[in-house]
Amino acid sequence: MSTRPLVAARPETIAEVTFDATLEERIVDLLRRYPTRRAAILPVLWLCQERYGWISPGVIRAVAQRLGESPAFVEGIVSFYTMYYTRPPARYVLQVCTTLSCAYCGGKELVEHLKGRLGISFGEKTPDGEFQLIGVQCLGACGGAPVVQINDDYYEQLDIKRLDGLLDELTGRR
Amino acid sequence: MEAVLLRARGVPDSRVIATYLAAGGYEGWKKALAMAPDAVTREVTDSELRGRGGAGFPTGRKWSFVPKDHPGPRYLICNADESEPGTFKDREIIEHDPHQVIEGIAIASYAVGAKTAYIYIRGEFVRWARILEEAIEEARRAGFLGKNVLGSGFDLDVWVHRGAGAYICGEETTLLESLEGKRGFPRLKPPFPAVVGAFGKPTVVNNVETLACVPHIMTRGAHWFASIGRARNTGPKLFSVSGHVNRPGVYELPLGVTFREIIYEHCGGIRGGRKLKAFFPGGTSAPIMTAAEVDVQADFDACGQAGTMLGSGGVIVLDETVDMVEAAANVAHFYAHESCGQCTPCREGADWCKDVLDRMVEGHARAADPETLLRICRFSSSGMTICPLGDAYALPISSMVNKFREEFDRRIGTSTPLPQKKLPVLPWAGPRPGFGV
Repeated sequence: MSTRPLVAARPETIAEVTFDATLEERIVDLLRRYPTRRAAILPVLWLCQERYGWISPGVIRAVAQRLGESPAFVEGIVSFYTMYYTRPPARYVLQVCTTLSCAYCGGKELVEHLKGRLGISFGEKTPDGEFQLIGVQCLGACGGAPVVQINDDYYEQLDIKRLDGLLDELTGRR
Repeated sequence: MEAVLLRARGVPDSRVIATYLAAGGYEGWKKALAMAPDAVTREVTDSELRGRGGAGFPTGRKWSFVPKDHPGPRYLICNADESEPGTFKDREIIEHDPHQVIEGIAIASYAVGAKTAYIYIRGEFVRWARILEEAIEEARRAGFLGKNVLGSGFDLDVWVHRGAGAYICGEETTLLESLEGKRGFPRLKPPFPAVVGAFGKPTVVNNVETLACVPHIMTRGAHWFASIGRARNTGPKLFSVSGHVNRPGVYELPLGVTFREIIYEHCGGIRGGRKLKAFFPGGTSAPIMTAAEVDVQADFDACGQAGTMLGSGGVIVLDETVDMVEAAANVAHFYAHESCGQCTPCREGADWCKDVLDRMVEGHARAADPETLLRICRFSSSGMTICPLGDAYALPISSMVNKFREEFDRRIGTSTPLPQKKLPVLPWAGPRPGFGV
């Protein structure tokens, strides 16, 4: 299994975003599934995050306009849910589960090791923009504790050695 | 017992529709289509299937609450938000047998008259959302979904809808708000979703595991299903076991099995030969049980009588090395993070509990702390919140204080005063581009 890096965030999307024909086609396809346009907000934000790398103020305004909502409403969604990136993320976002089963099955040690190895705390990125560390609540994979999610992929039954190997592999592929 | 819900685990290519069909898949759907919708609901009611998401509400009864004469559309929602700490069973079903879930969705949709179904899956489950989408596409191509299913005249579309990171969206009314494109704020009940649900229309929300039971009830009959387990607690149940056991994982066992059998026989006992201290029987929202309660039966009624709940069947096992004050702080952190912020007792209470417990863990316990925790919890679990999250943090934390009181009191004896008044400071993630801050 190899985790792909996230698409590079496009900082130029801060001010303005125009959906191209491919994206527009996918939005139309999503809108068919729901009786209201509002219901498509979460899926459209997912599409945008995939495309632009993050949910910039420009993306918020474009989504709001496309779906007939106010930017404030869309911002309310983006800030309520935890998985939309409101800042450009690193290439690899490491989400370490800190909830009970993981914490007691090696998770605490993983967190300490990662903070040491990367030289960053929860919420921070390494200066080269390679890794970002987030402490998260239960990932729903407690039988494989401790669990780390890297971008979209779950890695389970980790120990320090395996995690180090994994990070080496990710950095080596550059 | 014979594997039912997990029969595909270990079978090669188990996710492919051909494998599912070879094992008798979609026979239940064909059988249901030949029956009247009411008869399908009756069969499920007779099986005494109870919801596997946590509340244990009788599934057939839930279906029967949908008004028969409603003119507009109705919806069926499959709840795959799986976020109760200690629960990872729905993922196991989807990983090995997604068609089982889709067949259950189809039968349930037919029974309640829904032509559109949504699978609401937690945002982190990217892989399992993809597995479901592929399976839906396969089922559509095989004619089990779409327009005029198998020539019956019944139309059914199924869509996967990804959440975006919020525990509270597993609560059914919150799920509906989120599906409608809003923040995850629970709704007051009544009206219940069966009457006013998604987009204001009658809606049934069922858990993945609940729906996975339905095809088996159709093909093998309500009587067969009810013969597994014990009275009023029928059928196979998936137990997600994690924590300090030798073999954590998902186990399929009849309801009514004891926690002793789950922990010591199926999971091989406690790691490192240590002793069991306590366990959560059904996720961290269920009051904790001590080692002395390990002979309680794992089912809805027995857990209820023991003052806790079966919940989602997420068994978290803690051994003798666990410090209960630390464990309580960990639990409090979860709920403080996940409270949606709508109701004061939950928003402020969960955060308060977290602050008090963190202070105790750091060695600065005060004499009044255990009683303060209990008081906060009493207030939050007194019916003053819109949704059950108020209970979900208050009941486990107060159970930990009550059942392990001496550990909390011991912290007071060894406490040192706070060096200085610490003000809570939120970690700042740095400037947010585009906002000039």
